[in-house]
This record gives sequence, structure tokens and C-alpha cells, in this order.
Amino acid sequence: MAPAIAGEVVRLCTMGSVDDGKSTLIGRLLHDCKLILDDQLAAVWDASARRGWDGLDLSLITDGLRAEREQGITIDVAYRYFATARRRFILADTPGHVQYTRNTVTGASTAQVALLLLDAERGIGEQARRHMFVASLLGVPHLVVCVNKMDRVGWSEDRFEELHGRLARFASLLSFRDVVFIPTSALLGDNVVERSTRMPWYEGPTLVERLETIEVAAERDLSRLRLPVQYVIRERGRSGPAGRWYAGQLAAGTLRVGDEVAILPTGLRTTVAAIANGKPVDEAFPPMSVRVALADDLDVSRGDMIVHVTDHPAVVRDLDVLVCSLARAPLAEGSRVVVLHTSRQTPATVARIRYRIDVNTLERDPSADALGFNEIGRASIRAASPLFYDRYRVNRVTGSLMLVDPQSNATIAAAMIADPDDKEGSL
Amino acid sequence: MTVAAAALRDHPTTYSVGHLDSLEAESIYILREVAGQLERPALLFSGGKDSAVLLRLAEKAFRPGAFPFPVLHIDTGHNFPEVLDFRDRRMAELGERLVVRRVQDSIDRGRVAEPAGPDRSRNRLQSVTLLDAIAELGIDCAIGGARRDEERARAKERVFSFRGPAGQWDPKNQRPEVWSLLNGRLHGGEHIRAFPLSNWTELEVWEYVDRERVELPSIYFAHEREVVQRDGFLLPMSPWLDVRRDERPVLASVRFRTVGDMLSSGAVRSTAATVREVIAENARIPVSERGSGRADDRVSDAAMEDRKREGYF
Repeated sequence: MAPAIAGEVVRLCTMGSVDDGKSTLIGRLLHDCKLILDDQLAAVWDASARRGWDGLDLSLITDGLRAEREQGITIDVAYRYFATARRRFILADTPGHVQYTRNTVTGASTAQVALLLLDAERGIGEQARRHMFVASLLGVPHLVVCVNKMDRVGWSEDRFEELHGRLARFASLLSFRDVVFIPTSALLGDNVVERSTRMPWYEGPTLVERLETIEVAAERDLSRLRLPVQYVIRERGRSGPAGRWYAGQLAAGTLRVGDEVAILPTGLRTTVAAIANGKPVDEAFPPMSVRVALADDLDVSRGDMIVHVTDHPAVVRDLDVLVCSLARAPLAEGSRVVVLHTSRQTPATVARIRYRIDVNTLERDPSADALGFNEIGRASIRAASPLFYDRYRVNRVTGSLMLVDPQSNATIAAAMIADPDDKEGSL
Repeated sequence: MTVAAAALRDHPTTYSVGHLDSLEAESIYILREVAGQLERPALLFSGGKDSAVLLRLAEKAFRPGAFPFPVLHIDTGHNFPEVLDFRDRRMAELGERLVVRRVQDSIDRGRVAEPAGPDRSRNRLQSVTLLDAIAELGIDCAIGGARRDEERARAKERVFSFRGPAGQWDPKNQRPEVWSLLNGRLHGGEHIRAFPLSNWTELEVWEYVDRERVELPSIYFAHEREVVQRDGFLLPMSPWLDVRRDERPVLASVRFRTVGDMLSSGAVRSTAATVREVIAENARIPVSERGSGRADDRVSDAAMEDRKREGYF
């Protein structure tokens, strides 16, 4: 176990094609941060030897399932935990295989930092652009590109600059707040945790230095109160409204005792009588999970939302969304789905597929009337009951939804709410 | 600059959130989603530190109301007496309902066979007793204290892990979990395993125990106990342990890092009497929690994956 430190948790997701050395990079991070324990390391030495490796195959540290070891690939998102002296990290390790774009979507959905791996020798493949596009679409604010396997290209500054230049141009078309390129060799450890002595021309941060210093705190929205009601707590031994508390996790904004609030969808107004988070507090803010008592006896239940009277979200049944299809069955015009949105569930219909996006060229195909497995496009959805939303670019919680197949109950798509009037399709 | 960013700049500490606060908030969110989405959940209690933390989180999620679920203990019969004392004392304090289902009953009914041979731990048999309890009680969601950092197969586990009618876990057929949205929709006979501590590490559990003064069974702290050394483990003496002729029980100062069947709970030599001493000591032990504590995890590289497929927690 690492020494105790306080501070924020930063969420990362990794992206890269098969064989870019992603598993090795993560293994290197964990190993050089001294987070691999003796018994785990012994198991990896054994497994490396069984596979005929002369030494320690760091990629085996993160190999999880037997099917993955048999096929030599990663097939599902795995979560890793590591800490440096300054921060704790939750890393969603997403497989790079083409058919697993849904994993990239999953990993990117909660990430503050996307970590893209590029093979310096092979250069920029289709996958790199696809992953960058998905990360940008999912609203990941920070991108770090590791130009990896620099040992294979003779630690060449020219090669690094060439890849940097080409990918930076593509990145400028996307919506990252910042993009940093780092030349690395995960295999040999250069510029991951330890600074490389073989690339003196590189003066930027190592990967860990970059991860430790990215400014993530300002990404919380503290201005518009959004408190989806998850659950109604009834005080033991009391009946009636006096013993009722409305429980939920703040998606945005701050809430104080005495605030005048409205309950959606009814729009009824009341004031906040008390807030508690284990113990009473005067003020709540994201990401706190709290319970709230209201001054008046209103009918409030799961799926409602508490907001400030001065700043309502949109309340609508028709939504314009960017959709990532996650299931084998195509999402077509007329498809019936169940929408999961904050704590609300409602039946809905896919009214229209407006276009499909070619994630390699970013071109749109308006003739599409369905989205196949792993395809991304824009659609209009008509919900049976109203939803209270913010655009995804404004709030990743109130701007996101999942589509579920009402027959199988499988999760079939992830969708981000766009501005219907925005012809450019930006979120 | 947005109002929020300005507020953060001007009051950096006012709205800052420590890592334990954000983990706690996420866990409470998950527990409330279980209560909001599922009809008949149950919280699995093992007597270990993770389930002690779960109970504390459930208090934060649902007080001043009652828990919207009973607490379910799948009892191997090979218990540390200290753990049963702790369970009963804690349940009395909480005033919540405890349901116990016994592996011994599953053995008596012929549902499972007592393991023969040198390893007679009943940890693995709990799967059948649990699945029987889920069917008997109509449970649609079993809340467990498993963490993704425990083991490699766990690293791929969902927060809401979908189980088919036979309780099986199919790693290739799990529902994608995007953002914090959780899909708890089920057909009859299916159930969810919910893991509110998914994103916690062992260290964070201990830090939380320290911060919240969560009571734990006394065996988590150094105490004098008779143990025998076997296969690199210090196994506690118990009525069920067959001491071999070449083994000699010795009195040692030990503690346990995980709690399960006494036959497979290995002790570590320790002098740590407080939570902070345990944290400091763990930082110096170069072996994982499972490597030092769970004799049954060593059986094979894929032991956990196999057990999960069978319906283990």
C-alpha cells in the first residue's frame, strides 16, 4: 500500500490500438510507482517465463480474464488504482480493439484525462483518430498523447515532431481544453515515471508529472443547482411530511439552508429547511450525496429534480442527441427504448436518425436511417414523459442518458444531449 | 471564467473535496440507486472490514429512515467467535433485520458436499448457499463489499453486475456502464450484484475506518493467538483445523487482513494495535491483502474468475 495522502481523485482513461504497448505502459506506471506487491510480481515473473519472455513482461500485470490471456488481447474495461505522492488516480483501461469502441466510450464517459498511446514506429493509425474523436465527443477535457516505443525509432526527435505535428492538427478540430505530447518508452521506462536520459531534446513533463499537475478542480459546475431525487427517506417512527427527506447526489450548483427551490416537473416552490450529509450541513455542493428536508409538504418522488427557482433546466419531451450505439442490434428510426436519465426512467422512441458520423474522417452521412454496433450519429428522441436536462457540454450528468432495450433490458446506447438548434452538431 | 470557476479561485478550500469524501458520495449514490431501482435488495455481511464500512455507508445513505433491505450473512460455520460477537452487537445497535443462511444447512440438504482433502475451507461453498438464499427470499440485488483493486478478475467488475437466472457471471456479457448511470432493470429470476466499494482501495478503506471511527472485529488488530505455519500461511487454531503431526501450534502476536472461513484466513505477524498502526504496518508489508490472507486464492491463477462465474461474491 502506498503512503497515505489526501487530495483529489483524478480519473483517467487509456486509449490506443492493439500492440501500442498500452498494457506495458500501465504495468510500467504501477511498477515504477511501486504499487506492485511482491506476491503479484512473483506471479507476473512466473507468467512471463511460461510465455517464453526473457524477463518481466509488464503487460501481464493488468491482464485479467483467462479469455484475454488466451487471445493475448484485452476485451473489457478494467479499472486500476494508483497513487503518487500528490494524487490518487482511477484509471479506466479500455481495450483498443476495433469492435470495442463501446469500451472507449465507457472509459471516456467519466474521465478527466484521456491517455492516448501511439506507436512511434507504426505512426498514426485509424484507431488513434477514432479514439481522439470519441474522447472529445464524450467531453474529456485533457488529452495526453504518449508517443511510445521511442526506443524503436532511435529516440528520434524528428520522428516525434512529425507525429506531434500531424496529430496536433487533428486535435485542433476537436474540443479538448489542452493536449500534451510526451515521447516515451514504456518498455524501458523512459518519461513514464523516470525522466529519460536518452531524449535530452525533450524538455516537457514526464507522464506522471503531467498527470500530477493537470488542473481538474475547476471542471465542477457550481453555478446551476441540479439535485436529482434518488430516494425518499422516511424517518423511523414518524409519519407524515415532517419526517421526509429527499436524497440525492448534487450534479451541479450549491444548495444552502433557506434557499428557495422549485421541484421539477411540477414547478412547485418551497424552501430548504435542512440539509444533511451524515450530519447536518449548511451548504452542499458537487459531488456530495445529501438529504434535504423541505419547508412545505409537497409530493416529491424519485425522478424529480430540485433546482433553484432562478435557473431551471430545459423541460422537454423531444431531445436532440449524439448517440453511440453499444449493441449488436441496430438502433433504427422507430426503435422503442427506455431512457435512463439522472434518476429518471421513461419509455421513448427514436424519432429520427439525422446522420451517421464517419469517425475516421468526421464526415456525416445524412442518408443513414440506423446506427450499427459501435457507430456514432445524431438522432432525435421523443420521450413519453418530460426530461429536465442541460446540454452535455454544460453538464455531463444532466446532459447524458442511456438507452435500454425494453425487451431484453440490455443497455444499447449512450447518448449526449445537444442543442437542437445547433446545426453544427456541437454539444 | 464562469461563476463557478471564480468561486473556486476565490474560495479554494470551501468547495474542495477530499478523496474519501468523493468515494463516500459515490458509494452512497450507488446504495440509493439500489434502493430506488430494485424491489428486494439485501446487503451481504461477512464480518469483514469492507462490510463494516458498507454498514456505515448505509447509515449515511438511509438514516434517519430504516435500511430498505435486510442484512444477509452467509455463514460458513467456521467463524471467528469475535466476528459473530461483532455482528450481533452491531446489528443490535443498528436495529436492522439480520437474516442468516448457513452453509451447514446446504451440506445437510445435500446441496453441496463438505470439501475433502487438505483444504476444507467452506469459502467456495458459500456460492450455493447464497444462490439458494437469493431464490428463497426473492432477492433481486445482493449488495457486496468487493473492491476492484482486490484481484485481477475483479478489476473488470461492473458496479451493477448482471447475473443470469443461475446466478452466473458472464464477463463477456456485462452491461456497459457509461457515466454514473446504472441499469438495474431485470426479468424474473435475474439479479444484480451491486458493489458500492468498487473504486475503493484497501488503503482507503482503512483511512475511512480511521476517519469515521468504524468499529471492526478485534481480530483486525494485533492479539496473541495460537497459529500453525502451513504452506507459507499462519493459520489460526480452530475446532476445524486438523493439525498435522509435523505441525506445532505456536503462540504469536498476529492480526488478520481479511476475514473468511477460519480454515483459509491467514494471519500476519503484527504488533499493530490501532487503525493507524495497521495502516503504517500495511505500508511496510510487501504482500497484497489476498496474498497474505486468503489461502484459497492461491489454488490457481484464475481462481477468482472461476468462482465468480459460479456465482461467488
